[in-house]
Amino acid sequence: MTLLTIENLNVSYRGSGRSAHILDGVDIEIGHGQSVGLAGESGSGKSTVAFALLGLLADNAEVSAAYAAFDGRTQDFAARETASLRGADIAMIFQDPMTALNPMFTIGTQLVDIQRRRFQKASRKALWARAEAVLADVGVQDAAARMHRYPHEFSGGMRQRVVIAMALLVEPKLLIADEPTTALDATIEAQVVDVLHRLRQRTSASMLVVSHSMGLIAELCDSVVVMYAGTVVESGKVADVLHRPRHPYTRALLACEIDPFAAFDPSQDLATIPGNVPDPSRRPKGCIFAGRCPARHDRCSEKPPQRHAGDGRPYACWLEAA
Amino acid sequence: MTALVDLSRRPGGTFALFAVTLLCLVAIAAPVIAPYGPNAIAPASRLMDPSLQHWLGTDHLGRDILSRLIFGARVALGISLSVIAISLTAGVVLGIISALSPRAVDLVIVGIFDIVTSFPSIILALALVAVLGPGLGNVVLLVSIVFIPHFGRVARAQTIAIRNSPFIEAEKVLGAQTWRVILHHVMPNIIGPIFVLACMDIPVVITIEAGLSFLGLGVRPPLASWGNLLNDGYTYLDQSPWLATFSGLSLILATLGFALLGEALRDTLDPKLRKTL
Amino acid sequence: MTALTLKDAVIRYDRLTAVDGVSLELRRGETLGLVGESGCGKSSVARAIVGLQPLAGGTLTIEGETLQDVSNQRRQALQRKIQLLFQDPAASLSPRMTVRSLLAEPLKIRGTYTPESRARIVDLAESIGLGEQLLSRYPHQLSGGQARRVALVRALAAEPSIIVADEPTAGLDISVQGELLNLLRALRDRLGLSYLLISHNLNVVGRVTDRVAVMYLGQIVESGPTAALFRAPAHPYTQALLSANLTLDVSRRRERIVLSGELPSPSNPPSGCRFHRRCPLAQPKCAVDVPTLQASGERSVACHFPLATAPVVTPQAIAG
Repeated sequence: MTLLTIENLNVSYRGSGRSAHILDGVDIEIGHGQSVGLAGESGSGKSTVAFALLGLLADNAEVSAAYAAFDGRTQDFAARETASLRGADIAMIFQDPMTALNPMFTIGTQLVDIQRRRFQKASRKALWARAEAVLADVGVQDAAARMHRYPHEFSGGMRQRVVIAMALLVEPKLLIADEPTTALDATIEAQVVDVLHRLRQRTSASMLVVSHSMGLIAELCDSVVVMYAGTVVESGKVADVLHRPRHPYTRALLACEIDPFAAFDPSQDLATIPGNVPDPSRRPKGCIFAGRCPARHDRCSEKPPQRHAGDGRPYACWLEAA
Repeated sequence: MTALVDLSRRPGGTFALFAVTLLCLVAIAAPVIAPYGPNAIAPASRLMDPSLQHWLGTDHLGRDILSRLIFGARVALGISLSVIAISLTAGVVLGIISALSPRAVDLVIVGIFDIVTSFPSIILALALVAVLGPGLGNVVLLVSIVFIPHFGRVARAQTIAIRNSPFIEAEKVLGAQTWRVILHHVMPNIIGPIFVLACMDIPVVITIEAGLSFLGLGVRPPLASWGNLLNDGYTYLDQSPWLATFSGLSLILATLGFALLGEALRDTLDPKLRKTL
Repeated sequence: MTALTLKDAVIRYDRLTAVDGVSLELRRGETLGLVGESGCGKSSVARAIVGLQPLAGGTLTIEGETLQDVSNQRRQALQRKIQLLFQDPAASLSPRMTVRSLLAEPLKIRGTYTPESRARIVDLAESIGLGEQLLSRYPHQLSGGQARRVALVRALAAEPSIIVADEPTAGLDISVQGELLNLLRALRDRLGLSYLLISHNLNVVGRVTDRVAVMYLGQIVESGPTAALFRAPAHPYTQALLSANLTLDVSRRRERIVLSGELPSPSNPPSGCRFHRRCPLAQPKCAVDVPTLQASGERSVACHFPLATAPVVTPQAIAG
């Protein structure tokens, strides 16, 4: 039984005259208590998936899905039904904690207000106590006093903890973390990763980690969905995808990662993927990665089929599984 | 030329261009197009309604309103453009100096700006005219002084906003002299809002001139200025509404024209907004 | 032969001492990494080296000439030999200038603007992938990669011998970051440049620098050849920083040392060793005595109780 299933999610924007296809047939499945990473570079559409899930896309976005269900109930993406799940069943941790907090109110007030939707009958006192406990839980020292402080009085790492606390307070079934540590320094990132780790062991919530950092996804997730230019190129268990990538894009991307433990020749060039992500308003008909793919051949001008690796892991490529 | 085409495509740009061009043409060609002399008195035909002979009617001395408005445009544009030119130049120079100088210099300049603006502009102009005496030249000079802080403040604020931005620092690292940084990198990036302000200030100057003229401290009657006309029209409003109406309309046309021109100009000057066309 | 020497540099902003006694030596032809977390003062060091921030103490020597000892004119000439690649390259380009005039700027500033020199710059631009059709564009019409290249050509047009790169890969996708780093290295070898690379990306620093200096709270806590220092850090802070680096292979990564607390404010640094309050190995002595940077061979460390630097921990051992 899965918490979230989305099949064939499409998002396009209709501008003046031309339309841009941002997501093309994205399939995602998140099991109960599972942590899924959504990996991809800029232009991959990974944030669009998260925003579509939250019903936060702009009005001129056309959203459709062949089938979508959250916690056993079908959802109509075209009608933005998922927006009603926001703030109760689905919570979000944003990349920039400062923009997620209102500078005019104390942390305490904001942590209480966020719970109103879910606990409509609870007293302010009870909600305050609950907020304080969760704040202490995510590693904010001296939480009782900190509740009375304003966002600008917190450091970046502390603010991100407050935002995590905020997301936890609504007891969501799904927690979406969009680049949760990108704005943080390495040692602070390590602290936040630590908090998220402990959290995963403690709550039953599922998690969707949207990030460009494979390292973060390797750290936090059970499985990973690799996206490129609005399509899913490959998905599967983190260990499988990272160690035995099937799709040429995943392979090329992982080759670009610098392995700090590997021996290297300093005069040797670093790996890159030449070329650019295709313009979403002029997507190629065939394989989306064909233009940059080192293994391109004639058939790549047609849309590749979904294949399954030996372990049942899907990937979209004409090449036979190695 | 492309800038003009660009301008006309902005919202209100066509109207602004039309209104401002019309005003300028009228002001330049006043002696040719005015049907009567601006001061030709005809006591027999005073306070007449618009007719074929006097398209916009006549005032309390029988002078042709259209002709007086046409000559008034000359005075209005002449004074306001001179005032803006003087105060804009002085204001921008002082503002940039203030923003880029050590604290002490900045404090002095800002202090002077504060003193000048702490008086209502019309009162300050009045006091200065009282000292120096009335007359066209003095009016231009004094109103200019009143407007310097207006431009100085914006120039200073704009300069402060960009003085530490990476592109200014990049020029410094390349070894650019201060004058070069100011002329090539500060000025082009702060001048947009200042032009907008200038366009919007033109009508304000026109009304200040009108106020001074009304009090006998500005343009002396019988010289036709819109201020004088408006005041005459106001005096005889119960007998004939035409003078007040048409001089008011001229003022509105000029105000709207310059204000819209200012906004269109701002969009055109900003390459980031330009691409949205 | 040293390209640049910074000695006992002190940088103050009003009463806040952001950099307190930092010494660096950049050798000709090498890439020196400067790492540390935000607020450690590494950007202030970069700004002081390129002349954007005055030194409140210490000296800067460029190719053997100490800036404090030479005439104003000579100082400007020396300063021009160091160019800075800004962290946000698009913002470092004057927004109302076309690429064509932006590229001509360094020549005009130096008074060497001729059709020939202009053509040379355009050739240089083309050689790193900036085509003719880009020349009439404005900075906001450039992609991130293009803006980076324009900024790079501008810096090179000033004919520098030293380039300070402030977070050159920040905001770049991993699939294109290699391209930029390869280009920088090729240019270094072709033009005989020396680089000071400021970054918080330890994977990049580990891969492209020859030597590295680690900063904490306005001071250098450890420096040495990159490979040796990354393999066996001597300072507990370096060790924690390296362990915080996320890697793909969770099973092989270093045992994570999660530091408690945050970077203290440089306006009120802790007594003794500035790191002692967060240091997992702190002793009573660390709160009292200030450790000085002690050199041993190529490596230096400022710690009372440095970790063993003999390579007892190999990558394989970490895997176990």
